Amino acid sequence: MIAAVIIIPILFSAAAWLVSGSRLRRRLWLICSLLHLGTVIALAAQTPPPILGGWLAVDALGLLFLGIVSLLFLVSAAYGQAWLSMIAAAEPHGARDPERVFITCMLLFLATMSLVVLSHHLGLLWVAVEATTLASAPLIFFHRTVNSLEATWKYLLICSVGIALALFGTFFLGAAASAGGQEGSLLLDALVRRGAALDARLTRIAFIFLLVGYGTKMGLAPMHTWLPDAHSQAPSAVSSLLSGVLLNCAFLAILRAYQICVAAGQADFARNILLIFGLVSMLLAAVFILNQPDYKRLLAYSSVEHMGILAFGIGLGPAGFYFALFHALNHSLSKSGLFLTAGNILTLFKSKAIGEVRGLGRSHPQIGWAWIVGFLAISGTPLFGLFISEFNLLGVAVMQHRLVIAVIYLFLLTAVFVGMAAAFFPMVQGAAADAPREKLPALLRLLPLLLFMLTFLLGVYIPGGLDRLLRMGAAALGGGQ
Amino acid sequence: MQTVIDIILLLVLLSDLYLLSLTRLGAAIRVMAFQGVLLALLPFISAGGILSLHGVIIGFSSLAIKAILIPRFLSHAAREVRTGLEIDSYIPYGAALVAGMGVVLVSFWVARKFALPVTVSSRLWIPVSLAAVMIGLLMLIIRKKAITQVIGYLVLENGIYILGLSLAAQMPFLVELGVLLDVFAGVFIMGITMNHIKNYFDDLDVDNLTILKD
Repeated sequence: MIAAVIIIPILFSAAAWLVSGSRLRRRLWLICSLLHLGTVIALAAQTPPPILGGWLAVDALGLLFLGIVSLLFLVSAAYGQAWLSMIAAAEPHGARDPERVFITCMLLFLATMSLVVLSHHLGLLWVAVEATTLASAPLIFFHRTVNSLEATWKYLLICSVGIALALFGTFFLGAAASAGGQEGSLLLDALVRRGAALDARLTRIAFIFLLVGYGTKMGLAPMHTWLPDAHSQAPSAVSSLLSGVLLNCAFLAILRAYQICVAAGQADFARNILLIFGLVSMLLAAVFILNQPDYKRLLAYSSVEHMGILAFGIGLGPAGFYFALFHALNHSLSKSGLFLTAGNILTLFKSKAIGEVRGLGRSHPQIGWAWIVGFLAISGTPLFGLFISEFNLLGVAVMQHRLVIAVIYLFLLTAVFVGMAAAFFPMVQGAAADAPREKLPALLRLLPLLLFMLTFLLGVYIPGGLDRLLRMGAAALGGGQ
Repeated sequence: MQTVIDIILLLVLLSDLYLLSLTRLGAAIRVMAFQGVLLALLPFISAGGILSLHGVIIGFSSLAIKAILIPRFLSHAAREVRTGLEIDSYIPYGAALVAGMGVVLVSFWVARKFALPVTVSSRLWIPVSLAAVMIGLLMLIIRKKAITQVIGYLVLENGIYILGLSLAAQMPFLVELGVLLDVFAGVFIMGITMNHIKNYFDDLDVDNLTILKD
């Protein structure tokens, strides 16, 4: 059952490579995502025991992130059906069908992300995270423009180098585990169990390398430089996954490292570093969001901000864990929806410049509404899921009497809110005559709204099952709820 | 055994420094292949006379990937893109070499503070590994062409690989194989991307890739 989550997409990617016919290939993409989600639901219903000697296992954290991966991949696949047939109709593919590489890599991307969330061995985890970079690089280059080439190159090189440092950290962890002449193992569960026996100094060095390495992939400042380029140049169906899902996978890798630090008695050390990285990321994002002329880059910087909030939430300690995990879920839903909406706007206006998009509300009410609702969702307006987490994290900081930190956090949230509002509202306002008349397929218009509805519902009511999962996840991080 | 390991590690270090001073791309690729052979020898020797299956597999796969496949692929890519054989650098070669030596000194100094709890067969593992990682980062920063940046990435990766070998007992060989495969696939995809860069700009200068910024 666990293996199926990884093997199904691999088999389908092979099939997508072999079949001819764009229509069939697109259907394979959709069928695979449905099967994947079905398998994940089955895993959630009944958690199977670990396989491969504990290398692959399902725990609460893994299940939460696997659910996000699978759900958003399905949404992206559904969006991709309409999007690919639309661009193929507008501009028939030549002899070399770009969709072949695209869908094959897309399915491999799903397999590698599933491997990341299921890995309970830190070496395997590294292999999987690096594999996500390799599988997704060709996706960014889909449009084959000079700009997307530059974005792909930066993504490949900066992430590969960054993740290489995480491997360095993994090796140091192996050294820390073999303290006292014991046979060290890189199995997560063994490391957590034997936590107290880990060499403290080596564990700290390992954590720094792991945080910098996986933090590069997660988009924490100042290692985020590739992110705005890659996320803005990729096709929107890909951007929604890069921002909504892949960043979370890297976050999970950091959480694994954190789990080990907790077991080794280094929780305070790890939390302080996370807190600093979190606030720096929020600050940098706020600076670049204010006066940002490109709406896809704006969304990318907003991802940097939210990754900062996640690091900040973990940095606050056990009281913040539940909300940080809840934040990760809602950020994924909101950001995916926003990138898909941005894709719709880009298709209509053929420009990523905020200044060139006008009159969206009158000419394309559904897209205009999606853009506004998406803005409300991502900026943590009351009643949306992100409000609960952002507000409660503020509360946690205040309760801990860390007033300076709380004020900085609140100030940065406000700055981002103002910067994004200034960008979003003018795009929707204006006369309908300013906008193109072209209509988009209903599927493309409605899918983002579906995601925003989900995050709205989560803001109003958290289902019991999800609540339990979040509590268990927080407990696994030492939250002890 | 320890002397042999020491000699190999020192050769790796010297070849990294040599790479910093080289001006011809072809020579740099040959140095990478030579370094690949050195790294492939290490698992055989560090096993201490007992040839484990683990060591044999890692040794042969390193040989295949680091000493043969990647260098061949790189020289193929270099021919394909017909890039100038000169290696362009933002700082003079002499200065790069001096910086490289500074890096080596720093890593030997830092390594004294890393007392690894595992009994390692040579005291050079950690400093050489650290120096290679830092020289790799240095090359990534100072080199102008995409292909020379890839070489910098490989130097860095080799440095990490050395640390991994010194802790061989902790690393199941499936993981080491996975790492090797990832690196190979990474270089392969970077090669394809380089080909596109060449098609757009007619050369491989990464200076061309500076359109996207805020």
